[in-house]
Amino acid sequence: MFAYYLDLALRSLRRNKMLTALMVLAIAVGIGASMTTLTVMHLLSGDPLPGRSAQIFYPQVDPSPNPGKHHQPFDKMDYRSAVDLWTAQRADRQALVTSSALRLTAPGVNLPPLMARMLSTTADFFPMFKVPFRYGGRWTAQDDRQRARVVVISADLNAKLFGDANSVGRTLRLKDTDVRIVGVLAPWRPSPQFYDVAGGRYASGDTAGFYAKPEDVFAPFSSSLEINDGGFQPFTCWALMDGNVKLQNAPCVWLALWVQLDSPARVAAYARFVAGYAAQQKALGRFVHADNTRLLSLMQWLDLNQVVPSDVRLQTWLAFAFLLICLFNTVGLLLAKFLRRSSEIGVRRALGATRGAILAQCLVEAGLIGLLGGVGGWLLTLLGLWLVRSQRLEYSDLVHLDPAMFLITFALAIAASLLAGLLPALRASRLAPGLQLKTM
Amino acid sequence: MQIQPILAALRRHRLATLLITMEIALACAVLCNACFLIASRWQQMQVNSGVDEAALATLKLTGYDDAHAVDLNARVLAGLRAIAGMQSVSVINAVPFGEHAGTAGITRDAAGQKFGGVVDFYVGGPGSFTALGLKVVAGRAPTAEDYQQPMHSFVPDEGSVLVTRALAEHLWPGVDPLGQQFWVDKFHFRVSGVVAHLARPHGGEGGPGTIQWSVFVPAQPGAHLSGVYLLRADPAQLPRVLRDARAAMAKIAPDAVVDSKDSQTLVELRSRYFRGDRAMSGILLGVIAALLLVTALGIVGLASFWVQQRTRQIGIRRALGATRGDILRYFQTENFLIVSFGIALGMLLAFALNLLLMTHYELPRLPLVYLPIGAAALWLLGQLAVLGPALRAAAVPPVVATRSV
Repeated sequence: MFAYYLDLALRSLRRNKMLTALMVLAIAVGIGASMTTLTVMHLLSGDPLPGRSAQIFYPQVDPSPNPGKHHQPFDKMDYRSAVDLWTAQRADRQALVTSSALRLTAPGVNLPPLMARMLSTTADFFPMFKVPFRYGGRWTAQDDRQRARVVVISADLNAKLFGDANSVGRTLRLKDTDVRIVGVLAPWRPSPQFYDVAGGRYASGDTAGFYAKPEDVFAPFSSSLEINDGGFQPFTCWALMDGNVKLQNAPCVWLALWVQLDSPARVAAYARFVAGYAAQQKALGRFVHADNTRLLSLMQWLDLNQVVPSDVRLQTWLAFAFLLICLFNTVGLLLAKFLRRSSEIGVRRALGATRGAILAQCLVEAGLIGLLGGVGGWLLTLLGLWLVRSQRLEYSDLVHLDPAMFLITFALAIAASLLAGLLPALRASRLAPGLQLKTM
Repeated sequence: MQIQPILAALRRHRLATLLITMEIALACAVLCNACFLIASRWQQMQVNSGVDEAALATLKLTGYDDAHAVDLNARVLAGLRAIAGMQSVSVINAVPFGEHAGTAGITRDAAGQKFGGVVDFYVGGPGSFTALGLKVVAGRAPTAEDYQQPMHSFVPDEGSVLVTRALAEHLWPGVDPLGQQFWVDKFHFRVSGVVAHLARPHGGEGGPGTIQWSVFVPAQPGAHLSGVYLLRADPAQLPRVLRDARAAMAKIAPDAVVDSKDSQTLVELRSRYFRGDRAMSGILLGVIAALLLVTALGIVGLASFWVQQRTRQIGIRRALGATRGDILRYFQTENFLIVSFGIALGMLLAFALNLLLMTHYELPRLPLVYLPIGAAALWLLGQLAVLGPALRAAAVPPVVATRSV
């Protein structure tokens, strides 16, 4: 029966090519606009660590001695709190993270010095965030303790300096220090670059920077403090920072601590540990707000920072309003199309077709229009994504249509057209056959 | 033209009328808000930076040792001044549309109780004020003596500064700002002049309303004021001068790295700064165009259907003496009524959509002037879309009445 309806639908579509083209075009444009924005949304709001993100947490404390009431703890930690919590090693894995810029030269490579971004972190960073290696591997916990002059470099930097060759064992000069490469990453592009996310609440929606590429150089935290002494920037300070004091002793927050906690019991225990640490620091007179601690999961932290740029969210709203208009348009046109065939439907009903049969026939036709609209929508989505890629935004290189979104394009197109076709189809199936036959 | 029969006919086609009305209402709501969004972005893009953008460029050096900063400043200033076509070179901490460097909260009293807002400090060495081309509207420009202030932090400990008119009005409304004082913790400043405009480097935490909250502080270059240079040249020669300057750095300052992303002409920096706004305006314009197209297609489709459905009735009316003009006007009036219903509903929807956007984005209330604009656009669109089918209806000969369809 379905094949017969399909045949009828094809005939009907061919009979009035203009009206068919209008409907297919309306659905294609609506689907194209909404799928373009939805794909960008999907890529930007996705989970940067699938399968692991639920075990990743971001502890926060409030080291400010100012008595005023704080609503939330600082987005980053001061040196002492972060190092104390990290040294305790109470989590399954833990990594300190802070990013800075410094001059980089590669001896024996004919390139002018360049400013590179360096991530100062600890050995657990790589297994905790499932960072893929191309050559070599991470440094060890012992390297962290001994302030070893070792680094891991990104695939991009390796391509730039050494043309993708295995550069493990080669030397780089960071500022004035020689360091040895122990590992080269495989291409790694988390979206967003979650471990550096902070301060999103103050960005007034302009958060495209959270989707930048990871740093070029990864160095042990303890070593990098010596290598790039004076090159670190505070996130914010609760008192005026004297220019001559080291950042480690300044009243500033600039470090992030990420921990991996493998079970709910461990999460609860770690939250108690952080609260206990704050209470202890209050007893020592260093903290005032001992109760202002927090342990958010990775996804909660990204939500709090509203990582998806507000322009992208606005575009998604707009696209769906547009799709809705296209749907109203399609409802109107389908109504015209079905009712134009009133007499034909009257004959079929008089010959014994049930209302359900007429309904099914109309819906098959609507679905076919949706399928055609889906093809057009898919092409327009590819065009839209190409436009987004050509905008040179931080996340432009991430944008592509993955298989899931490809399928959703067609599912959405067919669902939308069936929805649009339902009302006209119901209307057509309720026509009184007698009246239609009489007017023939 | 009698409206009664048209309304009676529309009542027979309630569903189709309702659909097209809803489509127009939604189109009206989206159209008004999209136009408003474009206008507000466009307004932001017109911001007056207060400086001679066409004649200015900036060169940023990084990666050098702070201990060599004074030496680096001397080498770079001397070296750049030797470039042909260079009108002036000075040290500055930031330029409009570049990276921000001195953002801090200020207070109107020494005790730090009367908070005045978060502002941006432009700290410039000798010659920078003149090079920027800022327009003094009250008080005086910095003197040579003002530039003697040494720096121990991101701003000098004290000094005579110039504020923008917008900031002066915010801090001391209705009072002469000259001679007024403000503080950043222990740093103490006295207002010696007011400039017409000076946009802060990077927007502002308070949104577009605080874009002009800048302070110009004259100071002596040193370890805390080095690495960013303001170049001034004839606009026609500026790109070449900047290229030469960047190339010269390999000789003048081999110990530093040129930040090629931020070493640009101000025209380029401005264009990059508003790239997102331009892209968003383009997308909104595209949506408006597609929206109007789809709405017009919907009207054409439905009107064509109605004309075809009523061919016999049109024939009868023509046979009874109606002119072609009567038939044409019938369909035009019908369309006008439907679009009017849609617009009435659409205005309410436009406000609802605006309220929704206001809760999620920093958007002001939709000004009323957008409603008549949106309405006029849709009326025009409706009349244009219906013209084709209406002309076809008017061409129906009276003889059709005598035929059976």
